[in-house]
Amino acid sequence: MEKGGRSYLGVEIKRPRVAFFELSSCEGCQLQILNNEASLLSFLSLVEIVNFREAMSIRSDDYEIAFVEGSVTRADEEERLKRIRKRAGVLVALGSCACFGGVNQLKNRFNDLEWVKHEVYGDHPVETREVQPLSAFVEVDLSIYGCPVKKEEVEQIVTNLVLGKSVDHPRYPVCMECTAKGNTCLFELGEPCLGPITRAGCDSWCPDNRMGCWGCRGPADEANIIQFREVIRKHNIPEEVMLDRMECFGGFRHILKEMKGKQDKGQME
Amino acid sequence: MKLTCDISVKHLTRVEGHGNIEICIKDGQVEKASWDVVETPRFFEAMLVGKRYENAPYICGRICGICSIGHTLASIRAVERAFAMTPSAQTEKLRLLLKHMETLQSHILHLYFLAAPDFLNATSVLELIEPHPEEVQRAARIKLLANDGADLIGGRRLHPTRTVVGGFTMLPDRSALASLERRLQAVIPDLKQAAELFASFTIPDFNRETEWVSLKGEGSYPFIGGQLISSDGVVKGEDEYLAMTNEYMVDHSTSKWSRLSRKSMAVGALARVNNNSSFLHPLAGEIAALLGLTGLTHNPYMNSIAQLVESVHVVEDSLLLIGELLGSPWQEARQIVTPREGSGVGAVEVPRGILYHYYSFDSSGRITKADCVIPTSQNNANIHYDLHELAAVMADQGKDDREIRRLAEMLVRAYDPCISCSVH
Repeated sequence: MEKGGRSYLGVEIKRPRVAFFELSSCEGCQLQILNNEASLLSFLSLVEIVNFREAMSIRSDDYEIAFVEGSVTRADEEERLKRIRKRAGVLVALGSCACFGGVNQLKNRFNDLEWVKHEVYGDHPVETREVQPLSAFVEVDLSIYGCPVKKEEVEQIVTNLVLGKSVDHPRYPVCMECTAKGNTCLFELGEPCLGPITRAGCDSWCPDNRMGCWGCRGPADEANIIQFREVIRKHNIPEEVMLDRMECFGGFRHILKEMKGKQDKGQME
Repeated sequence: MKLTCDISVKHLTRVEGHGNIEICIKDGQVEKASWDVVETPRFFEAMLVGKRYENAPYICGRICGICSIGHTLASIRAVERAFAMTPSAQTEKLRLLLKHMETLQSHILHLYFLAAPDFLNATSVLELIEPHPEEVQRAARIKLLANDGADLIGGRRLHPTRTVVGGFTMLPDRSALASLERRLQAVIPDLKQAAELFASFTIPDFNRETEWVSLKGEGSYPFIGGQLISSDGVVKGEDEYLAMTNEYMVDHSTSKWSRLSRKSMAVGALARVNNNSSFLHPLAGEIAALLGLTGLTHNPYMNSIAQLVESVHVVEDSLLLIGELLGSPWQEARQIVTPREGSGVGAVEVPRGILYHYYSFDSSGRITKADCVIPTSQNNANIHYDLHELAAVMADQGKDDREIRRLAEMLVRAYDPCISCSVH
């Protein structure tokens, strides 16, 4: 692809050189970019993609913005991530695996990597380590939350980056987006939902489909955990169901740790 | 005769995940030809242990970003069979329709975005936008339709939201379903054009006899559950999947390998067409004949052609399903789940081949053991031995490094490997 070279009303448009990389992940967040059939072409006029292994055979190490999907689970991934950080002006954590460890970090909860390895590979030697998000190793300039990321949100964020506008995530929870739409509250239908404590920005994607929120975007800044626990008790939803969900993507790990600490000290109620 | 050649492709492009090709020819002899999966393992089978049943489809869908619907459905099937549940006829139709949307989406992604650039001397679909605008727009149009259909039935094209053990959280809007029907009818000419495009490509002439494994059709082209069959005559029950897959580890791959009656086996669109072509719908059958897909085909490059044939088949089948769904009023979306101690297997034909999920549960519905056998891991050995044979043929023909590398890359791409899936 040519470098730069597009203009609008005679003014040259600067298209930043963008690269996509993936560590341990399902590669779904990158696919969300290709899943933008309707707007893919106009999106491509905004940026110049120079590295996207899943779609392109030509690769360049000269890029300004790096999107990194996935979490770090092996030494070679840590090295790769550090190399990307050195080259990229802006490093974006793309999706919940990159932001929090994602579903991959569920293996950390056993605190026993040898058992985990044996459960899947038996005695065959396999290299792995505790799952970590990108921020455990490098400075992350921007996080795009979600499992998967929402393509409209990615496009908005990329547009802001190109225009030099700041990117602000909502501070309020998914519950506000859902309520604003007039959806029937899932608690009324007996469905568990982390909407009251999860960061908004997905436009209540799951609750709109009557699937309660699983917290893939991590906690909202204004999450009120104490009140939330009262709500689920009131609706007779087992706390373990909620804990399963809070554990799922890694975004709530600090809150869970705190809750567990209090539980251990007998300060639960 | 080709004397020496050294090819090393690290992180092959235009495939899902991380795999390497190594080929070394010395004095006309193939010293090494290897398919090495270097993807990092994520340990899904361990993650699930101790989790309640409803976590399984939600977490397992995340094994794969391309076939998340297939994983979700295989997972749900395994749970429901463990709990001795039978899905309603309506749920079965909606699940199959949802699966068809994923098959269409994934096949078009592979055919146009991953495979076609090789036949058109391009390095990516982006390079095709200017010389072949109509083809690229056609691909985008079909893919968009399939993704919109998946959104409508499953709530979301990637990591679906409405699919749960027991059925669906919500049913599609009937008028939206009727509109999907119209769009599917309108896409048939596009698929005929796609067939013409692929008919114009020169498919490499390479054959290595192997064993093809898939679900066994019983009255219709199979996608969800049923008996297992191989082209060497093996027939087994769904619960006997371990005897059909025989996974083992090799040193140069983080993904497991499989075999059945021979040193390798293959699954995927070509395996399905090879084993079940008599169940293809009329237009799909016509296109199969037009593209030379008749009888037992042992050319792995023809897998792309089989995907094209299946793309037509799933559109024809979706039209029938929507007709039936719109022909009767909606029934209950979801049945009540009663967990019980036991185990279950779910076998589903996902775009890249047959996928198995297995779980065992304690009496409270918590997982005590999980196992997932992925299509690409069943294909790894076949890819590996194909590469060896291909290298030998190329050496005999005295092809240059560039051509050997091109055909080797195309060979692996033809399998449409889903590597992160295969390691999971």
